[in-house]
Amino acid sequence: MSLSHQAVHVFPLPVSRAGAESSAVRRVLVFVAVSFVALFVAVPVAAVFAEGLRRGAGAYFAALRQPETLSALWLTGVTTVSAVLANLLFGLAAAWAVSKFAFRGKNLLLTLMDLPLAVSPVVAGLVFVLLYGKQGWFGPILSEHGLKVIFAPPGIILATIFVTFPLVVRELVPVMEACGTEQEEAALLLGATGWQVFWRVTLPNVKWGIVYGVILCSARAMGEFGAVSVVSGHIRGVTNTLPLHVEILYNEYQFQAAFAAASVLTILSLLAVASRHVAEWRAKSAETSRKDR
Amino acid sequence: MGLTLGYLAFIVILPLSALVLKAAAMGPAAFAAAATSPRVMASYSLSLKTAVLAALVNGVFGFVVAWVLVRYPFPGKKVVDALVDLPLALPTAVAGIVLTTLYAPGGWAGKALLALGVHVAFAPAGIVVALVFVGIPFVVRSVQPVLENLEADVEEAAASLGADRLQIFLRVVLPSLLPAWLTGLALAFARGLGEYGSVVFIAGNLPMKTEIAPLLIMTKLDQYDYEGATAIAVVLLAVAVTFLLFINGLQRLSSRRGAAV
Repeated sequence: MSLSHQAVHVFPLPVSRAGAESSAVRRVLVFVAVSFVALFVAVPVAAVFAEGLRRGAGAYFAALRQPETLSALWLTGVTTVSAVLANLLFGLAAAWAVSKFAFRGKNLLLTLMDLPLAVSPVVAGLVFVLLYGKQGWFGPILSEHGLKVIFAPPGIILATIFVTFPLVVRELVPVMEACGTEQEEAALLLGATGWQVFWRVTLPNVKWGIVYGVILCSARAMGEFGAVSVVSGHIRGVTNTLPLHVEILYNEYQFQAAFAAASVLTILSLLAVASRHVAEWRAKSAETSRKDR
Repeated sequence: MGLTLGYLAFIVILPLSALVLKAAAMGPAAFAAAATSPRVMASYSLSLKTAVLAALVNGVFGFVVAWVLVRYPFPGKKVVDALVDLPLALPTAVAGIVLTTLYAPGGWAGKALLALGVHVAFAPAGIVVALVFVGIPFVVRSVQPVLENLEADVEEAAASLGADRLQIFLRVVLPSLLPAWLTGLALAFARGLGEYGSVVFIAGNLPMKTEIAPLLIMTKLDQYDYEGATAIAVVLLAVAVTFLLFINGLQRLSSRRGAAV
Protein backbone atom coordinates (compact mmCIF):
# COMPACT_ATOMS: atom_id res chain seq x y z
CA MET A 1 0.00 0.00 0.00
CA SER A 2 2.62 2.49 1.11
CA LEU A 3 4.85 1.37 -1.74
CA SER A 4 2.32 2.12 -4.42
CA HIS A 5 1.59 5.43 -2.75
CA GLN A 6 5.26 6.38 -3.01
CA ALA A 7 5.44 5.22 -6.60
CA VAL A 8 2.84 7.79 -7.55
CA HIS A 9 5.16 10.52 -6.29
CA VAL A 10 8.28 9.20 -7.94
CA PHE A 11 6.67 8.73 -11.36
CA PRO A 12 4.26 11.59 -11.89
CA LEU A 13 1.40 10.89 -14.24
CA PRO A 14 2.20 12.01 -17.78
CA VAL A 15 0.97 15.52 -18.43
CA SER A 16 -2.10 15.26 -20.56
CA ARG A 17 -1.87 18.01 -23.12
CA ALA A 18 -5.54 18.87 -23.07
CA GLY A 19 -5.41 19.32 -19.32
CA ALA A 20 -2.24 21.39 -19.26
CA GLU A 21 -3.90 24.79 -19.04
CA SER A 22 -6.29 25.66 -16.25
CA SER A 23 -9.95 25.42 -17.22
CA ALA A 24 -10.36 29.20 -16.88
CA VAL A 25 -7.61 29.84 -19.44
CA ARG A 26 -9.13 27.23 -21.72
CA ARG A 27 -12.56 28.75 -21.52
CA VAL A 28 -11.24 32.23 -22.29
CA LEU A 29 -9.27 30.96 -25.30
CA VAL A 30 -12.24 29.01 -26.68
CA PHE A 31 -14.44 32.06 -26.18
CA VAL A 32 -11.96 34.32 -27.99
CA ALA A 33 -11.58 31.89 -30.90
CA VAL A 34 -15.29 31.24 -31.32
CA SER A 35 -16.23 34.91 -31.10
CA PHE A 36 -13.55 35.85 -33.63
CA VAL A 37 -14.81 33.31 -36.16
CA ALA A 38 -18.45 34.17 -35.39
CA LEU A 39 -17.91 37.91 -35.72
CA PHE A 40 -15.83 37.81 -38.89
CA VAL A 41 -17.34 34.83 -40.72
CA ALA A 42 -20.68 33.61 -39.36
CA VAL A 43 -22.30 37.05 -38.89
CA PRO A 44 -21.48 38.28 -42.42
CA VAL A 45 -22.78 35.03 -43.94
CA ALA A 46 -26.02 35.29 -41.96
CA ALA A 47 -26.33 38.94 -42.99
CA VAL A 48 -26.20 38.02 -46.71
CA PHE A 49 -29.37 35.95 -46.30
CA ALA A 50 -31.03 38.46 -43.95
CA GLU A 51 -30.54 41.26 -46.48
CA GLY A 52 -31.58 39.12 -49.44
CA LEU A 53 -34.82 38.08 -47.70
CA ARG A 54 -35.50 41.52 -46.25
CA ARG A 55 -38.57 42.04 -48.45
CA GLY A 56 -39.79 38.49 -48.16
CA ALA A 57 -39.43 35.33 -50.19
CA GLY A 58 -41.44 36.70 -53.12
CA ALA A 59 -39.06 39.59 -53.73
CA TYR A 60 -36.12 37.26 -53.21
CA PHE A 61 -37.14 34.84 -55.95
CA ALA A 62 -38.29 37.66 -58.23
CA ALA A 63 -34.76 39.12 -58.01
CA LEU A 64 -33.26 35.75 -58.89
CA ARG A 65 -35.55 35.32 -61.90
CA GLN A 66 -34.43 38.52 -63.62
CA PRO A 67 -33.06 37.57 -67.06
CA GLU A 68 -29.81 39.43 -66.39
CA THR A 69 -29.24 37.49 -63.18
CA LEU A 70 -29.93 34.22 -64.96
CA SER A 71 -27.56 35.01 -67.84
CA ALA A 72 -24.87 36.03 -65.31
CA LEU A 73 -25.41 32.72 -63.52
CA TRP A 74 -25.07 30.87 -66.85
CA LEU A 75 -21.80 32.63 -67.74
CA THR A 76 -20.43 31.92 -64.26
CA GLY A 77 -21.32 28.25 -64.72
CA VAL A 78 -19.66 28.01 -68.13
CA THR A 79 -16.54 29.82 -66.87
CA THR A 80 -16.27 27.64 -63.78
CA VAL A 81 -16.64 24.39 -65.69
CA SER A 82 -14.07 25.43 -68.31
CA ALA A 83 -11.55 26.59 -65.70
CA VAL A 84 -11.96 23.43 -63.64
CA LEU A 85 -11.62 21.13 -66.68
CA ALA A 86 -8.55 22.95 -68.03
CA ASN A 87 -6.79 23.09 -64.68
CA LEU A 88 -7.72 19.52 -63.80
CA LEU A 89 -6.32 18.15 -67.06
CA PHE A 90 -3.10 20.12 -66.90
CA GLY A 91 -2.93 19.93 -63.14
CA LEU A 92 -2.78 16.14 -63.44
CA ALA A 93 -0.09 16.35 -66.13
CA ALA A 94 1.94 18.91 -64.18
CA ALA A 95 1.66 17.08 -60.85
CA TRP A 96 2.65 13.84 -62.59
CA ALA A 97 5.72 15.46 -64.16
CA VAL A 98 6.79 17.17 -60.94
CA SER A 99 6.28 14.32 -58.51
CA LYS A 100 7.31 11.25 -60.50
CA PHE A 101 10.40 12.57 -62.27
CA ALA A 102 13.52 14.40 -61.14
CA PHE A 103 14.76 17.19 -63.37
CA ARG A 104 16.67 20.44 -63.19
CA GLY A 105 14.70 23.59 -62.49
CA LYS A 106 11.95 21.75 -60.63
CA ASN A 107 11.89 24.27 -57.78
CA LEU A 108 11.68 27.13 -60.25
CA LEU A 109 8.78 25.37 -61.96
CA LEU A 110 6.96 24.93 -58.65
CA THR A 111 7.46 28.58 -57.74
CA LEU A 112 6.18 29.70 -61.15
CA MET A 113 3.11 27.53 -60.70
CA ASP A 114 2.39 29.22 -57.36
CA LEU A 115 2.74 32.69 -58.81
CA PRO A 116 -0.93 33.27 -59.72
CA LEU A 117 -1.87 32.84 -56.05
CA ALA A 118 0.42 35.67 -55.00
CA VAL A 119 -0.39 38.08 -57.84
CA SER A 120 -3.14 40.64 -57.28
CA PRO A 121 -6.26 39.65 -59.25
CA VAL A 122 -6.29 43.06 -60.88
CA VAL A 123 -2.75 42.47 -62.18
CA ALA A 124 -3.92 39.08 -63.46
CA GLY A 125 -6.64 40.77 -65.46
CA LEU A 126 -4.31 43.48 -66.73
CA VAL A 127 -1.79 41.04 -68.23
CA PHE A 128 -4.49 39.57 -70.46
CA VAL A 129 -5.56 43.02 -71.61
CA LEU A 130 -1.92 43.71 -72.52
CA LEU A 131 -1.80 40.45 -74.53
CA TYR A 132 -5.18 40.27 -76.22
CA GLY A 133 -6.56 43.82 -75.94
CA LYS A 134 -6.88 46.19 -78.91
CA GLN A 135 -3.40 47.65 -78.32
CA GLY A 136 -2.05 44.33 -77.07
CA TRP A 137 0.46 41.96 -78.68
CA PHE A 138 -2.13 39.74 -80.33
CA GLY A 139 -4.84 42.39 -80.60
CA PRO A 140 -4.34 43.18 -84.31
CA ILE A 141 -4.20 39.51 -85.36
CA LEU A 142 -7.33 38.69 -83.38
CA SER A 143 -9.34 41.57 -84.82
CA GLU A 144 -8.25 40.67 -88.37
CA HIS A 145 -9.92 37.31 -87.86
CA GLY A 146 -12.92 38.87 -86.17
CA LEU A 147 -12.10 37.23 -82.83
CA LYS A 148 -12.70 38.95 -79.54
CA VAL A 149 -11.03 37.85 -76.32
CA ILE A 150 -11.05 40.94 -74.10
CA PHE A 151 -14.51 42.22 -73.18
CA ALA A 152 -15.82 38.80 -74.24
CA PRO A 153 -16.29 35.41 -72.57
CA PRO A 154 -12.92 33.92 -73.75
CA GLY A 155 -11.05 36.62 -71.81
CA ILE A 156 -13.13 35.92 -68.72
CA ILE A 157 -12.34 32.22 -68.99
CA LEU A 158 -8.61 32.85 -69.55
CA ALA A 159 -8.36 35.20 -66.56
CA THR A 160 -10.23 32.69 -64.39
CA ILE A 161 -7.93 29.85 -65.49
CA PHE A 162 -4.92 32.01 -64.59
CA VAL A 163 -6.22 32.83 -61.12
CA THR A 164 -7.17 29.22 -60.31
CA PHE A 165 -4.13 27.70 -62.05
CA PRO A 166 -2.26 26.47 -58.93
CA LEU A 167 -5.21 25.09 -56.97
CA VAL A 168 -5.41 21.58 -58.45
CA VAL A 169 -1.65 21.13 -58.83
CA ARG A 170 -0.98 22.18 -55.23
CA GLU A 171 -3.39 19.55 -53.94
CA LEU A 172 -2.05 16.81 -56.20
CA VAL A 173 1.73 17.21 -55.87
CA PRO A 174 2.01 16.25 -52.16
CA VAL A 175 -0.37 13.29 -52.59
CA MET A 176 1.43 12.00 -55.68
CA GLU A 177 4.83 12.44 -54.02
CA ALA A 178 3.65 10.52 -50.96
CA CYS A 179 2.57 7.61 -53.18
CA GLY A 180 6.05 7.20 -54.61
CA THR A 181 6.72 5.28 -57.84
CA GLU A 182 6.93 1.66 -56.63
CA GLN A 183 3.34 0.75 -57.44
CA GLU A 184 3.60 2.15 -60.97
CA GLU A 185 6.89 0.34 -61.54
CA ALA A 186 5.35 -2.90 -60.31
CA ALA A 187 2.40 -2.46 -62.68
CA LEU A 188 4.73 -1.79 -65.61
CA LEU A 189 6.77 -4.91 -64.77
CA LEU A 190 3.57 -6.95 -64.74
CA GLY A 191 2.93 -5.78 -68.30
CA ALA A 192 0.49 -2.90 -67.93
CA THR A 193 0.56 -0.18 -70.59
CA GLY A 194 1.20 3.44 -69.68
CA TRP A 195 -2.51 4.33 -69.84
CA GLN A 196 -3.48 1.32 -67.76
CA VAL A 197 -0.98 2.34 -65.10
CA PHE A 198 -2.36 5.87 -65.10
CA TRP A 199 -6.06 4.86 -64.94
CA ARG A 200 -5.74 1.90 -62.60
CA VAL A 201 -2.86 2.83 -60.30
CA THR A 202 -2.03 6.54 -60.28
CA LEU A 203 -5.53 7.98 -60.52
CA PRO A 204 -7.18 5.92 -57.75
CA ASN A 205 -4.29 6.77 -55.43
CA VAL A 206 -4.78 10.50 -55.81
CA LYS A 207 -8.60 10.38 -55.83
CA TRP A 208 -9.00 12.61 -52.77
CA GLY A 209 -6.42 15.11 -53.98
CA ILE A 210 -8.47 15.50 -57.16
CA VAL A 211 -11.68 15.95 -55.17
CA TYR A 212 -10.16 18.68 -52.97
CA GLY A 213 -8.53 20.40 -55.91
CA VAL A 214 -11.71 20.47 -57.96
CA ILE A 215 -13.74 21.82 -55.02
CA LEU A 216 -11.23 24.60 -54.30
CA CYS A 217 -10.86 25.42 -57.97
CA SER A 218 -14.59 25.69 -58.61
CA ALA A 219 -15.19 27.78 -55.49
CA ARG A 220 -12.52 30.24 -56.52
CA ALA A 221 -13.51 30.23 -60.21
CA MET A 222 -17.18 31.02 -59.64
CA GLY A 223 -16.32 33.88 -57.30
CA GLU A 224 -13.40 35.52 -59.08
CA PHE A 225 -13.99 39.24 -59.22
CA GLY A 226 -10.90 41.42 -59.65
CA ALA A 227 -9.35 39.66 -62.65
CA VAL A 228 -12.68 39.12 -64.39
CA SER A 229 -13.71 42.69 -63.73
CA VAL A 230 -10.72 43.98 -65.72
CA VAL A 231 -11.32 41.82 -68.80
CA SER A 232 -15.11 41.72 -68.83
CA GLY A 233 -16.19 45.19 -69.95
CA HIS A 234 -19.40 44.73 -67.92
CA ILE A 235 -21.74 44.19 -70.84
CA ARG A 236 -25.02 43.15 -69.28
CA GLY A 237 -26.41 39.84 -70.34
CA VAL A 238 -23.23 39.13 -72.36
CA THR A 239 -20.05 39.41 -70.28
CA ASN A 240 -21.43 39.75 -66.77
CA THR A 241 -20.58 36.98 -64.36
CA LEU A 242 -22.61 36.62 -61.18
CA PRO A 243 -20.09 38.42 -58.92
CA LEU A 244 -19.92 41.31 -61.41
CA HIS A 245 -23.70 41.39 -61.56
CA VAL A 246 -23.80 41.62 -57.75
CA GLU A 247 -21.51 44.65 -57.97
CA ILE A 248 -23.67 46.38 -60.59
CA LEU A 249 -26.88 45.82 -58.62
CA TYR A 250 -25.22 47.05 -55.45
CA ASN A 251 -23.86 50.19 -57.09
CA GLU A 252 -27.35 50.91 -58.45
CA TYR A 253 -28.68 50.78 -54.89
CA GLN A 254 -30.71 47.64 -55.68
CA PHE A 255 -29.47 46.23 -52.39
CA GLN A 256 -32.07 43.52 -51.92
CA ALA A 257 -31.53 42.16 -55.45
CA ALA A 258 -27.75 42.35 -54.99
CA PHE A 259 -27.94 40.31 -51.80
CA ALA A 260 -30.36 37.83 -53.35
CA ALA A 261 -27.82 37.19 -56.13
CA ALA A 262 -25.01 37.16 -53.56
CA SER A 263 -26.87 34.55 -51.52
CA VAL A 264 -26.69 32.13 -54.47
CA LEU A 265 -22.91 32.47 -54.49
CA THR A 266 -22.86 32.15 -50.70
CA ILE A 267 -24.85 28.90 -50.83
CA LEU A 268 -22.44 27.54 -53.45
CA SER A 269 -19.41 28.45 -51.36
CA LEU A 270 -20.98 26.95 -48.22
CA LEU A 271 -21.59 23.76 -50.23
CA ALA A 272 -17.96 23.79 -51.40
CA VAL A 273 -16.63 24.11 -47.86
CA ALA A 274 -19.04 21.50 -46.49
CA SER A 275 -18.25 18.98 -49.24
CA ARG A 276 -14.54 19.51 -48.72
CA HIS A 277 -14.87 18.73 -45.02
CA VAL A 278 -17.12 15.73 -45.62
CA ALA A 279 -14.61 14.43 -48.18
CA GLU A 280 -11.83 14.92 -45.65
CA TRP A 281 -13.65 12.89 -42.99
CA ARG A 282 -14.43 10.16 -45.47
CA ALA A 283 -10.81 10.05 -46.64
CA LYS A 284 -9.65 9.84 -43.04
CA SER A 285 -12.09 7.10 -42.08
CA ALA A 286 -11.22 5.14 -45.25
CA GLU A 287 -7.58 5.36 -44.23
CA THR A 288 -8.14 4.22 -40.64
CA SER A 289 -10.33 1.29 -41.74
CA ARG A 290 -7.61 0.26 -44.19
CA LYS A 291 -5.05 0.41 -41.39
CA ASP A 292 -7.28 -1.65 -39.09
CA ARG A 293 -7.49 -4.37 -41.68
CA MET B 1 6.19 17.20 -69.59
CA GLY B 2 6.18 19.29 -72.76
CA LEU B 3 2.45 19.69 -72.34
CA THR B 4 2.93 20.97 -68.80
CA LEU B 5 5.54 23.50 -69.81
CA GLY B 6 3.48 24.63 -72.79
CA TYR B 7 0.43 25.20 -70.64
CA LEU B 8 2.45 26.98 -67.95
CA ALA B 9 4.03 29.18 -70.63
CA PHE B 10 0.68 30.01 -72.22
CA ILE B 11 -1.25 30.74 -69.04
CA VAL B 12 1.38 32.14 -66.67
CA ILE B 13 4.75 33.00 -68.23
CA LEU B 14 3.62 34.66 -71.46
CA PRO B 15 1.10 37.00 -69.79
CA LEU B 16 3.47 38.02 -67.01
CA SER B 17 6.33 38.66 -69.42
CA ALA B 18 4.00 40.82 -71.51
CA LEU B 19 3.57 42.95 -68.40
CA VAL B 20 7.30 43.23 -67.72
CA LEU B 21 8.14 43.95 -71.38
CA LYS B 22 5.46 46.62 -71.56
CA ALA B 23 7.00 48.28 -68.51
CA ALA B 24 10.51 47.96 -69.99
CA ALA B 25 9.33 49.62 -73.21
CA MET B 26 8.25 52.67 -71.21
CA GLY B 27 11.85 53.63 -70.40
CA PRO B 28 13.17 54.14 -66.87
CA ALA B 29 12.18 57.81 -66.51
CA ALA B 30 8.56 57.34 -67.58
CA PHE B 31 8.31 54.17 -65.49
CA ALA B 32 9.65 55.89 -62.39
CA ALA B 33 7.31 58.83 -62.89
CA ALA B 34 4.28 56.56 -63.28
CA ALA B 35 5.25 54.20 -60.46
CA THR B 36 6.09 56.88 -57.88
CA SER B 37 3.65 59.77 -58.38
CA PRO B 38 2.27 61.08 -55.06
CA ARG B 39 -1.16 59.47 -55.56
CA VAL B 40 0.46 56.12 -56.34
CA MET B 41 2.83 56.38 -53.37
CA ALA B 42 -0.13 57.12 -51.09
CA SER B 43 -1.88 53.99 -52.40
CA TYR B 44 1.20 51.79 -51.78
CA SER B 45 1.53 53.11 -48.26
CA LEU B 46 -2.17 52.52 -47.54
CA SER B 47 -2.05 49.00 -49.02
CA LEU B 48 1.08 48.18 -47.02
CA LYS B 49 -0.21 49.53 -43.72
CA THR B 50 -3.63 47.91 -43.92
CA ALA B 51 -2.18 44.57 -45.10
CA VAL B 52 0.35 44.54 -42.25
CA LEU B 53 -2.28 45.42 -39.66
CA ALA B 54 -4.72 42.80 -40.94
CA ALA B 55 -1.98 40.16 -41.04
CA LEU B 56 -1.08 40.95 -37.41
CA VAL B 57 -4.72 40.72 -36.28
CA ASN B 58 -4.93 37.36 -38.03
CA GLY B 59 -1.57 36.38 -36.57
CA VAL B 60 -2.90 36.74 -33.03
CA PHE B 61 -6.46 35.48 -33.45
CA GLY B 62 -5.59 32.87 -36.07
CA PHE B 63 -3.07 31.40 -33.66
CA VAL B 64 -5.67 31.21 -30.89
CA VAL B 65 -8.19 29.60 -33.27
CA ALA B 66 -5.64 27.00 -34.44
CA TRP B 67 -4.62 26.28 -30.82
CA VAL B 68 -8.20 25.83 -29.64
CA LEU B 69 -9.12 23.67 -32.65
CA VAL B 70 -6.19 21.32 -32.08
CA ARG B 71 -6.08 21.11 -28.29
CA TYR B 72 -9.47 21.67 -26.67
CA PRO B 73 -12.71 19.82 -27.14
CA PHE B 74 -15.75 22.10 -27.31
CA PRO B 75 -19.24 21.94 -28.79
CA GLY B 76 -19.52 23.15 -32.38
CA LYS B 77 -15.83 22.57 -33.08
CA LYS B 78 -16.41 21.04 -36.51
CA VAL B 79 -18.53 24.01 -37.54
CA VAL B 80 -15.84 26.48 -36.46
CA ASP B 81 -13.25 24.39 -38.29
CA ALA B 82 -15.30 24.50 -41.49
CA LEU B 83 -16.14 28.20 -41.16
CA VAL B 84 -12.42 29.01 -41.14
CA ASP B 85 -12.25 27.88 -44.80
CA LEU B 86 -15.20 29.97 -45.91
CA PRO B 87 -13.31 33.19 -46.71
CA LEU B 88 -11.37 31.21 -49.35
CA ALA B 89 -14.58 30.02 -50.98
CA LEU B 90 -16.83 33.05 -50.58
CA PRO B 91 -16.63 35.38 -53.59
CA THR B 92 -14.80 38.56 -52.58
CA ALA B 93 -17.55 40.79 -53.99
CA VAL B 94 -20.06 39.12 -51.68
CA ALA B 95 -17.75 39.66 -48.71
CA GLY B 96 -17.31 43.26 -49.81
CA ILE B 97 -20.99 44.18 -50.01
CA VAL B 98 -21.98 42.37 -46.82
CA LEU B 99 -19.14 43.84 -44.74
CA THR B 100 -19.98 47.29 -46.07
CA THR B 101 -23.64 46.84 -45.15
CA LEU B 102 -22.72 45.63 -41.65
CA TYR B 103 -20.13 48.33 -40.95
CA ALA B 104 -21.78 51.29 -42.73
CA PRO B 105 -23.08 53.97 -40.35
CA GLY B 106 -26.59 52.46 -40.61
CA GLY B 107 -25.49 48.81 -40.27
CA TRP B 108 -25.59 46.55 -37.19
CA ALA B 109 -21.91 46.82 -36.35
CA GLY B 110 -21.42 50.28 -37.85
CA LYS B 111 -24.06 51.86 -35.60
CA ALA B 112 -22.49 50.43 -32.45
CA LEU B 113 -18.99 51.46 -33.47
CA LEU B 114 -20.11 54.93 -34.49
CA ALA B 115 -21.56 55.41 -31.01
CA LEU B 116 -18.01 54.80 -29.77
CA GLY B 117 -16.76 57.35 -32.27
CA VAL B 118 -15.11 54.80 -34.60
CA HIS B 119 -15.61 55.10 -38.35
CA VAL B 120 -15.06 51.75 -40.05
CA ALA B 121 -16.79 51.82 -43.44
CA PHE B 122 -15.35 54.30 -45.96
CA ALA B 123 -12.21 54.68 -43.79
CA PRO B 124 -8.89 52.79 -43.57
CA ALA B 125 -10.31 50.72 -40.67
CA GLY B 126 -12.86 49.28 -43.11
CA ILE B 127 -10.07 48.10 -45.40
CA VAL B 128 -8.45 46.33 -42.43
CA VAL B 129 -11.76 44.62 -41.58
CA ALA B 130 -12.09 43.33 -45.16
CA LEU B 131 -8.47 42.13 -45.22
CA VAL B 132 -8.85 40.38 -41.86
CA PHE B 133 -11.82 38.51 -43.34
CA VAL B 134 -9.99 37.32 -46.47
CA GLY B 135 -6.84 36.46 -44.48
CA ILE B 136 -8.40 34.30 -41.72
CA PRO B 137 -7.69 30.87 -43.29
CA PHE B 138 -3.99 31.44 -43.91
CA VAL B 139 -2.63 31.65 -40.35
CA VAL B 140 -5.01 29.00 -38.99
CA ARG B 141 -4.30 26.50 -41.78
CA SER B 142 -0.53 27.07 -41.58
CA VAL B 143 -0.26 26.61 -37.81
CA GLN B 144 -2.89 23.87 -37.34
CA PRO B 145 -1.11 20.90 -39.01
CA VAL B 146 2.22 21.67 -37.33
CA LEU B 147 0.54 21.92 -33.94
CA GLU B 148 -1.22 18.61 -34.59
CA ASN B 149 2.05 16.86 -35.34
CA LEU B 150 3.86 18.28 -32.32
CA GLU B 151 4.78 15.31 -30.14
CA ALA B 152 3.51 15.34 -26.58
CA ASP B 153 6.73 13.91 -25.13
CA VAL B 154 8.76 17.12 -25.55
CA GLU B 155 6.26 19.06 -23.47
CA GLU B 156 6.04 16.22 -20.96
CA ALA B 157 9.81 16.17 -20.65
CA ALA B 158 9.86 19.93 -20.01
CA ALA B 159 7.07 19.60 -17.44
CA SER B 160 8.80 16.74 -15.61
CA LEU B 161 11.98 18.85 -15.51
CA GLY B 162 10.00 21.47 -13.61
CA ALA B 163 9.04 24.01 -16.29
CA ASP B 164 5.72 25.74 -15.72
CA ARG B 165 3.08 26.00 -18.42
CA LEU B 166 4.10 29.46 -19.64
CA GLN B 167 7.76 28.46 -19.87
CA ILE B 168 6.82 25.36 -21.84
CA PHE B 169 4.70 27.43 -24.20
CA LEU B 170 7.33 30.12 -24.76
CA ARG B 171 10.41 27.91 -24.93
CA VAL B 172 9.17 24.60 -26.33
CA VAL B 173 5.93 25.05 -28.26
CA LEU B 174 6.40 28.52 -29.74
CA PRO B 175 9.84 27.98 -31.33
CA SER B 176 8.65 24.91 -33.22
CA LEU B 177 5.55 26.74 -34.46
CA LEU B 178 7.41 29.89 -35.49
CA PRO B 179 8.17 29.03 -39.16
CA ALA B 180 4.58 27.91 -39.76
CA TRP B 181 3.20 30.98 -38.04
CA LEU B 182 5.45 33.27 -40.11
CA THR B 183 4.39 31.46 -43.29
CA GLY B 184 0.76 32.10 -42.39
CA LEU B 185 1.47 35.76 -41.67
CA ALA B 186 3.31 36.18 -44.97
CA LEU B 187 0.51 34.48 -46.92
CA ALA B 188 -2.13 36.65 -45.24
CA PHE B 189 -0.04 39.75 -45.92
CA ALA B 190 0.53 38.87 -49.58
CA ARG B 191 -3.16 38.20 -50.07
CA GLY B 192 -4.05 41.49 -48.36
CA LEU B 193 -1.67 43.48 -50.51
CA GLY B 194 -3.33 42.36 -53.74
CA GLU B 195 -6.92 42.07 -52.53
CA TYR B 196 -9.44 43.99 -54.57
CA GLY B 197 -13.01 42.69 -54.50
CA SER B 198 -13.76 42.84 -50.81
CA VAL B 199 -12.00 46.19 -50.32
CA VAL B 200 -13.46 48.40 -53.06
CA PHE B 201 -16.94 48.39 -51.57
CA ILE B 202 -15.97 49.22 -47.99
CA ALA B 203 -13.03 51.58 -48.64
CA GLY B 204 -14.83 54.61 -50.04
CA ASN B 205 -11.99 54.94 -52.58
CA LEU B 206 -10.97 58.55 -51.95
CA PRO B 207 -7.70 59.39 -53.78
CA MET B 208 -4.78 59.85 -51.34
CA LYS B 209 -6.92 58.66 -48.42
CA THR B 210 -8.64 55.32 -48.95
CA GLU B 211 -7.49 54.28 -52.43
CA ILE B 212 -5.57 50.99 -52.47
CA ALA B 213 -2.94 50.17 -55.11
CA PRO B 214 -4.97 47.49 -57.02
CA LEU B 215 -7.89 49.94 -57.30
CA LEU B 216 -5.58 52.56 -58.75
CA ILE B 217 -4.60 50.09 -61.49
CA MET B 218 -8.29 49.70 -62.25
CA THR B 219 -8.83 53.47 -62.34
CA LYS B 220 -5.90 53.96 -64.74
CA LEU B 221 -7.27 51.22 -67.01
CA ASP B 222 -10.66 52.91 -67.11
CA GLN B 223 -8.85 56.05 -68.31
CA TYR B 224 -6.98 53.98 -70.94
CA ASP B 225 -3.70 54.81 -69.16
CA TYR B 226 -2.21 51.37 -69.83
CA GLU B 227 1.35 52.51 -69.03
CA GLY B 228 0.39 53.94 -65.65
CA ALA B 229 -1.49 50.75 -64.81
CA THR B 230 1.43 48.60 -65.96
CA ALA B 231 3.94 50.50 -63.82
CA ILE B 232 1.93 49.94 -60.62
CA ALA B 233 1.26 46.33 -61.59
CA VAL B 234 4.99 45.64 -62.02
CA VAL B 235 5.70 47.03 -58.55
CA LEU B 236 2.96 44.82 -57.06
CA LEU B 237 4.24 41.82 -59.02
CA ALA B 238 7.78 42.36 -57.74
CA VAL B 239 6.53 42.47 -54.14
CA ALA B 240 4.45 39.33 -54.73
CA VAL B 241 7.41 37.41 -56.18
CA THR B 242 9.64 38.48 -53.28
CA PHE B 243 7.09 37.24 -50.79
CA LEU B 244 6.57 34.00 -52.64
CA LEU B 245 10.30 33.26 -52.49
CA PHE B 246 10.33 34.22 -48.80
CA ILE B 247 7.38 31.91 -48.07
CA ASN B 248 8.97 29.03 -50.02
CA GLY B 249 12.18 29.52 -48.01
CA LEU B 250 10.21 29.45 -44.75
CA GLN B 251 8.40 26.29 -45.76
CA ARG B 252 11.65 24.58 -46.60
CA LEU B 253 13.00 25.68 -43.20
CA SER B 254 9.99 24.35 -41.33
CA SER B 255 9.96 21.02 -43.19
CA ARG B 256 13.69 20.61 -42.49
CA ARG B 257 13.04 21.27 -38.80
CA GLY B 258 10.19 18.81 -38.87
CA ALA B 259 12.53 16.21 -40.36
CA ALA B 260 15.18 16.92 -37.72
CA VAL B 261 12.67 16.31 -34.90
